[in-house]
This record gives sequence, structure tokens and C-alpha cells, in this order.
Amino acid sequence: MAIRVINDKCKGCKLCVKACPFDAIDMVGKLAVINEKCTACAQCIAACPFNAIEKTESDEGPVDLSEYKDVWVYAEQRAGKLMNVSLELLGEGGKLAKEIGDRKVCALLIGYETDHLIPELYAYGADVVYQIDDPLLKNYTTDGYTKVMTDAIREYKPEIVLFGATHIGRDLAPRVAARLDTGLTADCTRLDVSMKNYIEYLKKNTTLDTSGLDPESEDKGLKQTRPAFGGNIMATIITPRTRPQMATVRPGVMSKLPKDETRKGELIKVKHSLSESDIRTQVVEVVKAAKEMVSLTDAEIICSGGRGLGDPSGFELIKKFADAVGGVVGASRAAVDSGWIDHSHQVGQTGTTVKPKIYFACGISGAIQHLAGMQTSDIIVAINKDPDAPIFEVADFGIVGDLYKVVPKIIEEWNRVKEELNRN
Amino acid sequence: MALKIIVCAKQVPDTNEVKIDPVKNTLIREGVPSILNHDDANALEEALKIKDQYPDTHITVITMGPPQAKDLLIECLAMGADKGILISDRALGGSDTWATSNALAAAVKKIGDFDIIFAGRQAIDGDTAQVGPQLAEKLGIPQVTYVKEFSMDGKEITVKRALEDGYEVIKLQMPCMLTAIKELNTPRYMTIGGIYDAVKADIPVWGAKELEVDLNKVGLDASPTNVFRSFTPAPKGKGVMIERDTVEETAKALLEMLQEKYIIA
Repeated sequence: MAIRVINDKCKGCKLCVKACPFDAIDMVGKLAVINEKCTACAQCIAACPFNAIEKTESDEGPVDLSEYKDVWVYAEQRAGKLMNVSLELLGEGGKLAKEIGDRKVCALLIGYETDHLIPELYAYGADVVYQIDDPLLKNYTTDGYTKVMTDAIREYKPEIVLFGATHIGRDLAPRVAARLDTGLTADCTRLDVSMKNYIEYLKKNTTLDTSGLDPESEDKGLKQTRPAFGGNIMATIITPRTRPQMATVRPGVMSKLPKDETRKGELIKVKHSLSESDIRTQVVEVVKAAKEMVSLTDAEIICSGGRGLGDPSGFELIKKFADAVGGVVGASRAAVDSGWIDHSHQVGQTGTTVKPKIYFACGISGAIQHLAGMQTSDIIVAINKDPDAPIFEVADFGIVGDLYKVVPKIIEEWNRVKEELNRN
Repeated sequence: MALKIIVCAKQVPDTNEVKIDPVKNTLIREGVPSILNHDDANALEEALKIKDQYPDTHITVITMGPPQAKDLLIECLAMGADKGILISDRALGGSDTWATSNALAAAVKKIGDFDIIFAGRQAIDGDTAQVGPQLAEKLGIPQVTYVKEFSMDGKEITVKRALEDGYEVIKLQMPCMLTAIKELNTPRYMTIGGIYDAVKADIPVWGAKELEVDLNKVGLDASPTNVFRSFTPAPKGKGVMIERDTVEETAKALLEMLQEKYIIA
């Protein structure tokens, strides 16, 4: 696939040059010319008023990919506990399996002495659990886990493999994808198999012209949507010629199924040929941080502070606020970069993606990279001195004012309402 | 000890400086500066720290990109790297992470022996964090990602690898790939003398021919992933601005509105 300028139609208006996120279009006289920085993102096609830019599909025919079946989820466990994102992915994987039709969602459980996790995987939707259990797999190692996972994928041929975009998922997935020479899409926030659902999503959330897409399309490929370019644009990535289609998915984005402990599944114990010499790193110890645990992804309410706090002591008020409303403390990148609060509190493209019931943004201007990580919150309340702050563009409720005056009043009012409700 | 170190760096647009045209809902690219990717600066700094301790260490910085990515190599040389190599060819354009790692692997093989490859964890324009591990795989060497502390004793390396809720202490042998995060160090500035020498330095440009790379493994058409569509998300409709005479009334109004949508318990 490539982007091509139809020279006869190009009027030299330069709108495409401005629209290109990658600086990949040069003007040669009055003609737009695509240079080597092009990633075929197609932003220019939408920007051209003269339909002078087109995307040429590659002319190779589709390869037979039909041997590959089922949706696999890497059931990431640490010290015998499943990561929440893996359960979310079982929910999402089940949805995708249905969209493909006649497919199963399967969990791939790697570790040592993990039997106790199998019922939990069934309860959250796994039809099949593939288990690889060995003392050598007690701790996560890139080499050990890559080998057993790659061998299992080669043997059982899943069509889709999903990982949580955790520090471990993002270490393992690229290594496995590279060994299998297949495509991998990082940090997805939406997955579709059904073209109809994908078109509906585009119609609801974007201004993109969807007339070129056929809702009845037979295409069962995975459409993987992720923030790109620092969260400034969204891109949908496909893996048309290789299998499996692999993706990492951000924690907190997908929804897990309600736990059903009566659900049963099938257990397949996978044989492996891992030996000690395959593992070239030695995990000396795994240390849980002594600092306060922030679980932004699970929080129902988040109270976030930004540069508008003025100084680090402002987070004392934010903490008080969070305690009062039963929430956790978040922060903008600006506040973290200023050293006011630890990175673990950061919400945004380079921090944590969150979707709480209520997101209070206090003194946060709303840089795009921050909005990328919180704009799917159910309710956004913004408090900022600057009435023109971009955060107000996404806020459900906006208050222009000094947060040091407004926040204490909200705390008071929250407590009053709560007391009143408790009395009744 | 004379170590051979390779640093992978990328020139990226400063995506924090990108703004969206609120009327047309498109990216405003003008005036967005190109910078040395943040995590890559940490990768180079760690290599330079080793060179501070063992001056015989030789640091080669490789970057893949358009011809102007040479500026980034000049910056790296001015910070203290010994050699910069630009990997640039129209045939490599549009490579996804798999194809990029193939091109970089070919470059590393052409460079020859090495002890450590440092790369940034991820680049701020793509945020994939995939090229480091994929390059390590193509070279068949062990990797540690998210490195926040580094030390070595002979050819044995000990690192701390950051996890969301703590860290791991990991030991491994050279040669290996390590990807750096911000917590690893504070990158140094370029020196005046360094800049003077860097602009005069010979920076070779390697294309597909010099790399002797299989053209079925690099570039847009070879990439297993393709961009299907891309778009700027439509902004969420503007909500209600709450304006009352006093802060008390404003807070009260907010709570009333919140209660319509959320159950306070």
C-alpha cells in the first residue's frame, strides 16, 4: 500500500502539506510530492479538496490464513495473581470471537503452580485454558516466556493474540511477534472484527467519511484502533497478510464480564521444551514498591491536579479532596515533570489511561496528551482559572475559578449531601 | 575495559507541541520542532556514563530516518558519542516496527561486534516500545526493557527493571539490549567543543544497498501491519459551565447536577 498523488488533479494548494502529521509531503513547484517519511496514514487524502491523492492497495493476493482459529488472551499473572487487564481482555476476546463466528476465546496461562487461577479464567469467560506450567516459569523472563508462548502459537495457531499493555506485556509481545514474523499493534484502545460495528464507532466518534466502507463486508480481519502521534490522532491498524494478528491493549479500556463461578471450560496442558540454558536473564528479586499503591485504573473517582496548583503543596488539598469523595489522586504530566508528585499518579498518553465514573480536573489545562488518557471518563468536572483552558472542551461540568476556593466548598457540599443521604 | 556500545536513537516531532485546529479538527504541524526522543537521550547518557568510567569505550549512535535526521546524530556526537551512522533510504520509508527492526539489525551486523545496545523504551511519536525488543530478537540477544538502574561488574550487568507496582533486579551477560526510561539518569548537555567537532564529523549514510538487506523485509509493502484509517477524534460536546454568584452556590449546583448522573454513597 502506498499514498500516491494524481498529478493531473493536484492544484498545488498545499492543504495536504499542512494536514500531514509526519511532514511527508514536499511541494515541488505546484505539485505535491510524497517523501520517504510517509507512513500511509491517509490524513492527506481526507484533506485534499480535489481528490488528487489516493491510496493504492498492494497487488498481492490474500494468503490462506484459514488455518488460524480462535482468540487467545495472554493471562498475565504475577506471583500467582491474575492482572485485571487479562480479565478485561477475556471479555473483549469473547466479543471478537463472536464477531468472527464459531470461535473460542482462550486464555494462555504461563507460570508455575497456577492451577488455582484456572477457575477464575473460566469465570471471566475463557472457553479454553491453555496452561504451561514449569518451575522455570515461576518468574517472568523474556526468554522463557517467549519460547513457550511462540511454540504454543505455532502448534495451536490462534487467529488473534491479545496482551495487556503492561510492562510485561509490552516486553513479551514484540519479542513473540518478531519471532513469528507477524504484525503487532501497541496500546490499542478499541478492537473490531465486525465492519458494521467499526463503521458505527467511526460515525459516532469521528468526522471521517465512511462511505468507502461496506457494512456487509466479509472481512473478518482485526481492526486495531490506537492513539498515534502522541495521542493527537487515532489510527486503525490492520494485519492483512500474516497470522496471528497480535495486539497489546491498555489496562482499563475494555470491560470484563461479570464473574460467573458456575462457568466451566476446557483445560489443555501444553507440553514444552524449555530448558534452563534458554533463559539468559536471572531474576534476582522482585520488589513491591513500598510507596502508596495507586490504582488509577480501578478508581471510581479520580481527583487530579495540574500545574494550576502552583506548587507541590497543592496536592495536599487534592489528597483531602480524594479522601472526602472516596477517590484516588491523579496528576497531569506537567505536575509530574515539575517533580510535584510521583509518576505513578500520572494520567494521560504517557501515564495511565483512566475511565472513572467521575474525573475531577483541578488546575489542569487539558493538553492533548492528558485528554487522551481521561476523556472517556463518564463525567468530567473541570475547575480552572482560565476560561479558555482546553479542558473545558471535554468537561461535562466546568467551573471557572480559583481551585483553592472552589475545591474546599465542593468537599463541604459533598460531605453535606452524603450525611443527608445517610440520615434518610 | 574497552566496551563497544551501540545506541539507537530517533528524531521525533515534539508531540507535546502539536495542537489541533479547533475549526477544521486537523493537526497543526507548523512550528513543531524535531527533537531527540526523550528516552533515547537517557539511553545515550547511560552509554556516556560508561565511557566516563572507561574512556576506551566506543559509542556508535545509529538512527533511521530521512536525511535531516543527520542533525540528531550531530547532537549525539556533541554530547560525547564517537560515531554516528544514518540509515536512510526511500526503500525503508513507511516501515512498521517489524520492518524497522530488520533494517536496524542489518545495520548492527554491518557495524560488527558489540557489547551492549542501549535504546529508549519508546518514541513519543509512535509510543509502541516494540523496536527495541524486536531488534533484540532479530539479533538473538537477551533484553531488559524499562531499565531504571544500571551497574556492571566485568561483563556481568545488573539492572533494575521498573514494574507498575515495584521493580525487578535482573542479572545478565553481554551482549544484550537494554531499553532506558526517564528514571535511569539525567542526560547531559552538548559541549561547545563537542558541537565544534560534531559538525565536522563524517557521518556515513547507509541505504538498503549498503545494509545488504532483503527488500522483502523492509519498507511499507513488506510491513505486516498497515494503517487502515486514521482520524482525529471528534471533540466531545461541550458541557455545562456552572456560574453562580458565590462559590458556595456553585458547589451546591455542581453537587445537584452530579447527583442526577451519579449515586453518592
